[in-house]
Amino acid sequence: MQQIGIEDHPRRRDPAPSRWAFRFQRLWLTPLFRTTLRVGVPILTVAFFAGWYFSEAANREALRDKIAEIRASVAERPEFQVKLMAIDGASEELSADIREVLPVDFPISSFDLDLEQMRAVVEQLDAIGAAKLRIRPGGILQIDVTERVPAVVWRLGRAIELLDATGRRVAAISRRSQRLDLPLVVGEGADAAVAEALRLVAAAVPIEDRLRGLVRVGARRWDLVLDREQRILLPENGAVEALEQMIALDQAKDLLARDLVAVDMRNARRPTLRMAPPAVEELRRIKALEIGESD
Amino acid sequence: MTDLYQTQRAMRNMRLAAMQRGVVAILDIGTSKIACLVLRFDGAEAYREPDGIGSLAGQSAFRVIGAATTRSRGVRFGEIDAMQETERAVRTAVQAAQKMANVRVDHVIACFSGAEPRSYGLAGEIELQDSTVSEHDVARVLASCEVPDFGEGREVLHAQPVNFALDHRASLADPRGQIGNRLACDMHLLTIDADAIENLLYCIKRCDMELAGIASSAYASGISSLVEDEQELGAACIDMGGGSTGLSIFIRKHMIYADSVRLGGDHVTQDISKGLQVSLNVAERIKTFYGGVVATGMDDREMIELGGDTGDWEHDRRTVSRSELIGIMRPRVEEILEEVRARLDGAGFEHLPSQQIVLTGGASQIPGLDGLAPKILGNNVRIGRPLRVQGLPQAATGAAFASCVGLSLFAAHPQDEWWDFEMPMDRYPARSLKRALKWFKDNW
Repeated sequence: MQQIGIEDHPRRRDPAPSRWAFRFQRLWLTPLFRTTLRVGVPILTVAFFAGWYFSEAANREALRDKIAEIRASVAERPEFQVKLMAIDGASEELSADIREVLPVDFPISSFDLDLEQMRAVVEQLDAIGAAKLRIRPGGILQIDVTERVPAVVWRLGRAIELLDATGRRVAAISRRSQRLDLPLVVGEGADAAVAEALRLVAAAVPIEDRLRGLVRVGARRWDLVLDREQRILLPENGAVEALEQMIALDQAKDLLARDLVAVDMRNARRPTLRMAPPAVEELRRIKALEIGESD
Repeated sequence: MTDLYQTQRAMRNMRLAAMQRGVVAILDIGTSKIACLVLRFDGAEAYREPDGIGSLAGQSAFRVIGAATTRSRGVRFGEIDAMQETERAVRTAVQAAQKMANVRVDHVIACFSGAEPRSYGLAGEIELQDSTVSEHDVARVLASCEVPDFGEGREVLHAQPVNFALDHRASLADPRGQIGNRLACDMHLLTIDADAIENLLYCIKRCDMELAGIASSAYASGISSLVEDEQELGAACIDMGGGSTGLSIFIRKHMIYADSVRLGGDHVTQDISKGLQVSLNVAERIKTFYGGVVATGMDDREMIELGGDTGDWEHDRRTVSRSELIGIMRPRVEEILEEVRARLDGAGFEHLPSQQIVLTGGASQIPGLDGLAPKILGNNVRIGRPLRVQGLPQAATGAAFASCVGLSLFAAHPQDEWWDFEMPMDRYPARSLKRALKWFKDNW
């Protein structure tokens, strides 16, 4: 006969933790160990599996495709479509140039437009001083352009170009007569000194009708060229002051009306005149007469 | 004795390290229960110099963040009897306390009641080299105390200077910086069985922890159960534990005598078990539910079911009246108290100015003890409960936790012991000095 009830009182489990359980609990209460296990191990695990997953090229490709797909699905929404380009503040010609340098196939997503880069491209056009690009509501790429204002005509060899006040090239023209309203500058390095040239032109208002142009000599100093092949040689520094002095002389003594080839103002304290050969002859004759008379 | 000096100093250093880390465990290894408290030292006291007694009598220095109690195993008369069992019980208590505190504890301050503590009063006297008493002089006078021959296999547990005298002025608490010619001191030395300490050390070590201090549980209970003026004016604290009853006498805030009686609440339980023919568990339950020491007429009519599961109806249906139970318990309690009285008389307690006796410990909760104890111990008897400390769970505020709480206070404010002072040069072993001299001779 089987005895009943022998399992009714199983041995009570020892409530004391085993040595290893005790040690493990203490280890678990160690802050460093705990942090390592709670933070370090999950991070390591995730990093390991991610690394393992991406170590295969196909997976990387799939992820890249997926990302591209999601991005495209957002970018191709009609809200982000840019349909046309509007250019304000530019002439017909310049607008055409801008459209040429910005080859954008409309409609395009605004995500695909790099406005900063486009602005840099547009601003590389010589005729453009500054450009502002933005995407207007309604899917319009708005380009606000400030054109460069040509200040002088620069002739170098056979090329004739328009420069703005800072010396930047604006456009090329075929003939000087196209822009007779602008002063002419000639010579190498003239573009670097356009500001001074403009000041000289402003100072030369009293002899404006005689002014033909300015010549940059040795990329260093200016010569003022007047009609009748007259030249005013200006110093490197203080050219405007020298010119004002010259004009004062002219107004006092009507100097430029005389038969002079050049006035050398390079030394401000000693203006030098070069006369035309007939005038020299004449002067010599007069001197000789004077001498003869005195003899 | 240099050995002991080193051990105790190492323990003291470990305690300082534990304080630095801020967490220390208190372990009370008793015969009936093992209690563990986890203390965190982060109160205001941790950041300022101790100045006087500190706020909240120095208790704000620590906070109890974990507490656990477990039934004791393998401990008899307050001594470790079966190492493996005790180790398991310690692990249980420590694990539960750690879990509650949610912090790992590496340092343990332990106390136990057994191991036959013996008190010695020591006296020492020196001539001061300098007219001012320096720390070095204190160390010298402590070292000059004549150590009695306390026998083989005994170890010093406490060696506390309790009194200093400078010339004709006695009972100085702190003689440092005072002017005089002769410095004398009284020291209280408590020795216990060396084996008990060894066992405890080994047991703690097996639990992967380090012992950062040990104290006698009678001393610890005294710290927590005696109020300040009792400690000052002189009182005895009787810690009635499970396997042994510790007693400590305090005067002027110093323990001057400690002893233990190897009788306790467990013996009462055994008597009930034997007298009523029930198992120890049932006897313990009956004792805690119905126990008492003063019988009244009502108790004759209160019948207690003894129960049992032998299958014998007659045996399992036995009842006993409460007065019978009291009749079993009372002689044993009387015996314990008489034994305590004898020890107190032996220690000369009657010569103290105050005769206050405070009963504490788990067995002091027997109803009616406050009526019985004055008959044996004298009129000034009260039942004491330990001081309340911050964070202590309600379940651990009873009289049974007096030594735990006392040990916490002891950890926060340790009493100066002999080994806290630098050992004077002449007490160093002569060999090392000779070696140093030889080194000088060889090299210069």
